[in-house]
Amino acid sequence: MTDDHVYLSLADAAGEPDGEARWAYGTGFADPLLGVDAAPPPGIDPADLAAYCLMLGDDALVLSQRLIQWITRAPELEEEVALANLGLDLLGQARRLLTRAGQLDGTGRNEDELAYWREDFEYRNVRLVELENGDFAQCVARLLLFATAREELYRRLADHADPVLAAVAALGVKELAYHREYAQSWTLRLGDGTAHSRERMQAALDALWPWLDELFTPHEVELRLGVDPSDLREPVLASLAKVLDEATLSLPEAAPRAYVNGRAGRHGVHTEALGPLLAELQVVARAHPGATW
Amino acid sequence: MVTTLERAREVAAAVPDPELPMLTLADLGILADVEEHDGAVTAWITPTYSGCPAVAEMAGDVARRLRAAGFDQVEVRLRIDPPWSSDRISAEGRRKLAEAGIAPPVLGARPAAGLLTLGPTRLAVTCPQCGSTDTEELSRFGSTACKSLWRCRSCREPFDRIKEI
Repeated sequence: MTDDHVYLSLADAAGEPDGEARWAYGTGFADPLLGVDAAPPPGIDPADLAAYCLMLGDDALVLSQRLIQWITRAPELEEEVALANLGLDLLGQARRLLTRAGQLDGTGRNEDELAYWREDFEYRNVRLVELENGDFAQCVARLLLFATAREELYRRLADHADPVLAAVAALGVKELAYHREYAQSWTLRLGDGTAHSRERMQAALDALWPWLDELFTPHEVELRLGVDPSDLREPVLASLAKVLDEATLSLPEAAPRAYVNGRAGRHGVHTEALGPLLAELQVVARAHPGATW
Repeated sequence: MVTTLERAREVAAAVPDPELPMLTLADLGILADVEEHDGAVTAWITPTYSGCPAVAEMAGDVARRLRAAGFDQVEVRLRIDPPWSSDRISAEGRRKLAEAGIAPPVLGARPAAGLLTLGPTRLAVTCPQCGSTDTEELSRFGSTACKSLWRCRSCREPFDRIKEI
């Protein structure tokens, strides 16, 4: 009964084989691509596709971790629930993308092995998602930049030749639309609010803007797969300009953050913020290898 | 005479949702398909949101119910294409949601694609408690990924609403 949930066997053992026993959620989750055809699509290098799924999956995983760090710290209970929901969507996307990467890269690693047992230089997320949380305005600004760009990207990937990536994107684009709307409404509320909230929102945008360009800078894998992210630049900037104008905020003019010898997050070159984030994300799995609960 | 396939479909269609047990997985459009060949049953389920934490529970519940009904060879698989949509909730499902105090989603309504939609949502949402349409959204995100939190300005009761996706 390998496809059964671990708790069901516990329920069976407790002598209620047909009972409606409900156990708390924990580990022992089924494969997030359980029974989905894993064959790589013809005409695409599986290694490239794996590397790409890892990039998108790491973006989602790392931003999800940053969002859940807001739990117990958000300004209102409703925002805490909202940020947790956003993080859960991103975590779900990350689980599917990391699982897909592990199916294709020849190592046979599952989502947990990829999430918990890679070092920071093996992570392929853009640096924008790993930066420290900062204040709530920075949380909103990062979400606005990321969600606007990711929704655009997912819309284009929804008809990708890889049916798994296409399916992740087709559901993801609907989820990201909610994330973008959330970030837009808070940008408007803070930007067009009091003088103080406007100042904080503008400062947050100014601080994060230099990291936006990395989302539009193609990696060689993306070019080989025909998913050039520089196509996103124009529609994303147009959307952001419209929101900032509506929110009485100025479009930041800061130059893009420099690469290190032509390398950045997609190549495993990160800021100092990623290491501590991963230490927190990975500590239980590394302290108790193979543990389930 | 009921065929083996029909019986398997009947059993799978009766499995309740773990988080909304007043509805079945079939009511919610999560049960995508059931096939049977020489007694071996395969059931496909389509998760709602990417991060839905109940997927393993649902897969396990479907497998367990089918085995309990006498099917020895059972496989549950995920079908992620096409993605789940709130439009897949059946008319019966919508009725059961309203009966349980949860406002059902509006058919065909989706977040606008890439458009700027600022300001409060203006949807004619009926309060499942008192039937008033004088309702307002408190938060687009609620107790589970698929729900938003609303309030009725007439009877003053808060209520959950299944979001369009």
